[in-house]
Amino acid sequence: MVDYVRAQERRTGWLLTIPAIAVLALVFAYPILRAVWQSFFTINLGNQLSPAFTGLDNYARMAQDGRFWNTLWNTTIFTVATVSLELVLGMGIALVLNQSFRGRGIVRTIAILPWALPTALIALAWTWIFNDQYGVVNDILLRLGLIQTGINWLGNPTLAMISVIVADVWKTTPFISILLLAGLQSIPSDLYEAQAIDGASPWQSFRQVTLPLLLPQIVIALLFRLAQAFGIFDLISVMTGGGPGGGTETVSLYIYATVMRYLDFGYGAALVVVTFLLLVLVVAIASFFLSRSRKRASGAV
Amino acid sequence: MTTTSPENQQATVHRPSVRRFILPIAVALTVLFCLAPILWELLTSFKTDDAIAEIPNVYFPSPNQLTLDQYQKLFERRPFLNYLFNSFLVSLASTVLALGIGAPAAYALARLKLQGERIILAGVLIVTLFPPILLFLGLLDIVRYLNLGNNYLSLIIPYTAINLPLTILVMRSFFQQLPKDLEDAARVDGYSTPRMLLDIVLPMTLPALATTGILTFIAAWNEFIFALTFITREDMKTVPVAGAQLGGASPFEIPFGPIAAATVLGTIPLVLLVLIFQRRIVQGLTSGAVKG
Repeated sequence: MVDYVRAQERRTGWLLTIPAIAVLALVFAYPILRAVWQSFFTINLGNQLSPAFTGLDNYARMAQDGRFWNTLWNTTIFTVATVSLELVLGMGIALVLNQSFRGRGIVRTIAILPWALPTALIALAWTWIFNDQYGVVNDILLRLGLIQTGINWLGNPTLAMISVIVADVWKTTPFISILLLAGLQSIPSDLYEAQAIDGASPWQSFRQVTLPLLLPQIVIALLFRLAQAFGIFDLISVMTGGGPGGGTETVSLYIYATVMRYLDFGYGAALVVVTFLLLVLVVAIASFFLSRSRKRASGAV
Repeated sequence: MTTTSPENQQATVHRPSVRRFILPIAVALTVLFCLAPILWELLTSFKTDDAIAEIPNVYFPSPNQLTLDQYQKLFERRPFLNYLFNSFLVSLASTVLALGIGAPAAYALARLKLQGERIILAGVLIVTLFPPILLFLGLLDIVRYLNLGNNYLSLIIPYTAINLPLTILVMRSFFQQLPKDLEDAARVDGYSTPRMLLDIVLPMTLPALATTGILTFIAAWNEFIFALTFITREDMKTVPVAGAQLGGASPFEIPFGPIAAATVLGTIPLVLLVLIFQRRIVQGLTSGAVKG
C-alpha cells in the first residue's frame, strides 16, 4: 500500500515536471547543442549556406580574428566596470533604504523603477541624455563651466564606452540594491547594538557585521550580474550599435552581426560556443573565489 | 574590534547629528539618481520641437513650449497602439504559460520525492545565467523549421522558457513554506493528488502566483533580441523593438520628440506595475534569487 502510494506520487511528480523540462530543453539545451554541432561546419554565403564539414576551422579562424579579440576585450571592460560600480552604488542605496525615514515606502518604490523599465527604451533615453548638441550631460557641464564646447559622447570610442557603462549602472543598480536590502533586513539589530557598546565606528560595524553577513546576497547578485553583463546586447545595440569603430562592440553584438548581417552561421555558432564556455568559466571562477572568501569571513565572525 | 581609536569614539558620539544631515541628502540623491533620466524623457515628450532644440536646455518650459504634438506625430508615423497590443498579448500569454507549466513543476520539486531532483534544480539554476544571445541562433533554426517567423508563438514559447527558472525557484520556495497539514488532511479524506492540488493547494497559491506573474510579465515586456529577430512584420512588433527602430524621415533627422513619447508610452505599463506591486516585486525577486 505504501509502495503503491509512493509510486503514484512519483508518477504524478514526473507528470507535473516534464512539461517544464521539455520547454527548458527546447529553448536552452537544444540551441547550445545545436551551436556546438554547427560550429564544425562552414555555413555561409560562400557556399550558398549549404553546410560543409570543416572540423575546427571556425575555431582556428577565431584565434586569428582581431575583431573577436577586440569584442572580448570590450566585453571584459564593460563587465568589470559595470558590475563593480553597481555593487558599490547598490550597497550604498541599500544602506540608505534600510534606514528609517519618512516616505521610505515611496523611495523604495522609486528605487526599483529603473530595473523594471525596458532596456531598449531606456537606451533611447540615455542616447538623448548623451546627445552631443542637446544632451543634458553637455548642458550641465557647460553651465558649470567645465567644458567650452559640447562633447560628442557617443562619437568617440572611449567616451561611448563610458556612456554605455553609465546607462547600464543606472539601469541595473536597483537589482543589486533590492537583493542587498533584503539581506540587510535579515541582520538582527542587536548585533549592531553590541558593536556600538564596544565603541565601534559605523565603518567598523559595517566591516565586521554587515559585510560578512551580507556575503551570500553579494555572491548571488554578483553571479547574476556577471552573467547578464557578459551577455549585454540591447542597451549597447540601441545606444551605439557597437560603434564608433567597434569601440563598444561586445561579443553579443558581434555574434548577432555575424549571423544576421553576414549570414555566417557556422562561424556564429563557434562564437556562441566559445562565449558560452567563457561565461561558464567566469561564473565558475567567481563562485569559487566567493565561496572561499565566504568561508574565511564566516570563520572570522 | 577590541581596540578603538579616539577618533572613532568621537565619530560614535557625533553619529546622530551626522545622520540627521547625511541621511536626507543620501535619500535625495537616491531619488534624483533613479528619477532624473525618466523625468527628462517625460519632459522632452511634452515639449515643442523648438523647445527641445533650444540651447541651453529648457528645464522649466513656459506653457507655450508645451504640447501634445510629439504623441500625435508618433501615432501618425507608426501603429503604436499595435505595438502596445502585441507586447501585452505576448507578455500575458507567456506569463500564463510560465505559471501553468512552472508552478506544477515547482510543487513536484518541493513536495514529491523525485529521482534526479537535485540535477533538475541545478539545471534550472544554471539556465538562469544564460544570456539570450547564446540561444537566438538555435531558436532561429526551430522558428524556420516550424515556420513560426512573424508568429506570436515565436516569442511566446521562448519567453515562457526564459521565465520558467524564476517561476520554478520562487514557487518552490513558496511551497516549501506552506504548512503540509492541509495536504495531509486532504489525503486522509481520500483526495487524489491532482484533485488535492486543484481544490486545496491552488487557492492558497494565488498570491504567490501573482507575485511571480508580475516578474515574468516585466521580463517578457522588456525582451529584445528574440523580438528583434523573429518578428519582422511592422504591425506585429513589440514596443522595445519598435521604439528602438523609430527613425526620422531622413537619416539626418532624428525624431527626438516622438522617440521620447514612445519611451514614455512603452514604460507607463511597467511604471504602473511597479507603483502598485512594489512589495510583491521585491518579495519575488529576493525569494527567487536568494533562496534559489
